[in-house]
Amino acid sequence: MADLKSAAPLLEVEDLRVHFHTPRGEVEAVRGLSFTLGRERLGIVGESGSGKSQTGRAILGLTAGNGRITAKTLRFQGQDLLSLSPKQWRAVRGARMSMIMQDPKYSLNPVMTVGDQIVEAYRQHHRVSAAEARQRALAMLARVKIRDPERVFATYPHEVSGGMGQRIMIAMMLIPEPDLIIADEPTSALDVTVRLQVLAILDDLVRERGMALIFISHDLPLVSSFCDRILVMYKGRVVEDLKASDLQSARHPYTQGLLGCLPRLDHRQETLPVLRRDPRWEHGTLEEVMR
Amino acid sequence: MTERAEQGGPETASPSRSGARQASPGRVRLKRAGLLLLRTFGSLAVTFLGLLIITFLIGRVLPIDPVLAAVGDRAPADVYDRVYHEMGLHLPLYQQFFDYVVKIFQGDFGTSVLTSRPVLDDIVRVFPATLELATIATILGVLLGVPMGVLAAVHRGRWPDHCVRVLGLFGYSLPVFWLGLVGLLLFYMKLDWVGGPGRLDAAMEDFFEPVTGLILVDALLQGDMEVFWNAVSHITLPAALLAYFSLAYIARMTRSFMLEQLAQEYVLTARVKGVSEARVIWRHALGNVMVPLITVIALSYAHLLEGSVLTETVFAWPGLGSYITSSLLNADMNAVLGGTIIVGGVFIGINLLSDLLYRLFDPRARR
Repeated sequence: MADLKSAAPLLEVEDLRVHFHTPRGEVEAVRGLSFTLGRERLGIVGESGSGKSQTGRAILGLTAGNGRITAKTLRFQGQDLLSLSPKQWRAVRGARMSMIMQDPKYSLNPVMTVGDQIVEAYRQHHRVSAAEARQRALAMLARVKIRDPERVFATYPHEVSGGMGQRIMIAMMLIPEPDLIIADEPTSALDVTVRLQVLAILDDLVRERGMALIFISHDLPLVSSFCDRILVMYKGRVVEDLKASDLQSARHPYTQGLLGCLPRLDHRQETLPVLRRDPRWEHGTLEEVMR
Repeated sequence: MTERAEQGGPETASPSRSGARQASPGRVRLKRAGLLLLRTFGSLAVTFLGLLIITFLIGRVLPIDPVLAAVGDRAPADVYDRVYHEMGLHLPLYQQFFDYVVKIFQGDFGTSVLTSRPVLDDIVRVFPATLELATIATILGVLLGVPMGVLAAVHRGRWPDHCVRVLGLFGYSLPVFWLGLVGLLLFYMKLDWVGGPGRLDAAMEDFFEPVTGLILVDALLQGDMEVFWNAVSHITLPAALLAYFSLAYIARMTRSFMLEQLAQEYVLTARVKGVSEARVIWRHALGNVMVPLITVIALSYAHLLEGSVLTETVFAWPGLGSYITSSLLNADMNAVLGGTIIVGGVFIGINLLSDLLYRLFDPRARR
């Protein structure tokens, strides 16, 4: 992993802010987020409302209409994302960076066949015949371990299970071979039994194609086992940036608190501690909080 | 609606289905199509029977003596009694109903007192006029209303949205007869751009021999372009007027369906894939909007097929609406009930059509 990380950064984010204009005033969902990403697997963890999903959307330029993005730097493969025209964006999205969404029940178009949706993703960025795109899509479905690609190709999203839907989603988002994939809670909507299966498929494909991955989740143990590096977010900011292997020696009280909330199998705990929040976490750097 | 849920619900959920299909796909699919057909016709038959019960009861409940209506007030008692028996009014109610249903299926809706012609003949004469008008109005309403609703939703809160809203508001609040009269005054009297009231110029009407009763179609079939363009000039204004009202409704519904769909996750998915905004809107979102919109369009069409009395009156359009209304005002019950059955039948037919289209647009409703 070390040599991969030392390469030129794929994504540079400096002081990213996402504001929303709401009837009740300005809301700042992401407040000055900074990180750089190489060809690695980065986990972003945090509780609901910590801004982790908005970070993912901001990187893809898909913040909702009432939102506004500002940043000192937001560069992807040396290209400034903040100055892209809609047309330039379309060449970036899908082709060079893509996103896997949470629940295939809602994220697949219910009135288009699975095959059409995958073919669309591929043909958006590759000028090939319909027949060739179909072959590619079938091959991709096989790659995400769907046993009967021909049949699944012709089905509609409501006819497949959640696990299969998410594999279809992965196939659709990976078929144009992007360099960066953002997975926003990709397994939260799935049954525990199929969760690992889907993750294993995603992991295989990411490794094999040397893609960078941003894995957004609220599940700290999952992220630590799946990623190389972890960003811990709290109220729109990164409070701690650490290697996944160093998670147990996390220094920030918030991270420690999150870890403390997890039940352990090796010894008995009568009550799980509740996180005690400190207002300093909202603004202070790690060093200030530690003092 | 409920019927649709019944048909879609349990079957899509059953996991055994795919297994059965693999066993012998052709036969199972055929059997399912047959079942569906049977069920559709079954529900059609029941609905139509219900319609007949209602019209039959209305005919019996109303304080209009059908015998007196036929023989006149001054008929002697023995004539009255004879006609009373001829009409079968001495028979028990269920038998009268049975005879009624048989007659309806033979196409015998009775004779109109007003025109002294069989009601069915009258309806065959007036319905095409309404059909022609309603169809053109609905086509225009859909072709213009849907894009306007989409634009309003996409540019929510900006000027296209406001324009569509104001236009729709006018469509709701302006009375038809006023708009119709002003339209006639301006475009017919002053500018002479369109034909006046009626379906054709009076001079042409005498020479024209209708086949289907749809003058535009008949003229094309007979290759008579003069009649065709004359009919076009006459239908333009009333059709545009009705189209405007259906457009206002369709645009408003499209807008709200579209806003709902644009907030869905699959729209974000399409954008993530790099799909162009036009395709996101017109392919992804509109594809889903069409599902509920089918029902809206069908209802608006059915509503127009009832005949719009005011429009038909203002434009002297010999359609179903003015026929039923004038029959009603003259207590011509055979004609009113016959018209009611036709309107009800049209509603049932349109519902069936929208059900079929619904299946076409929504894969979840199939099978």
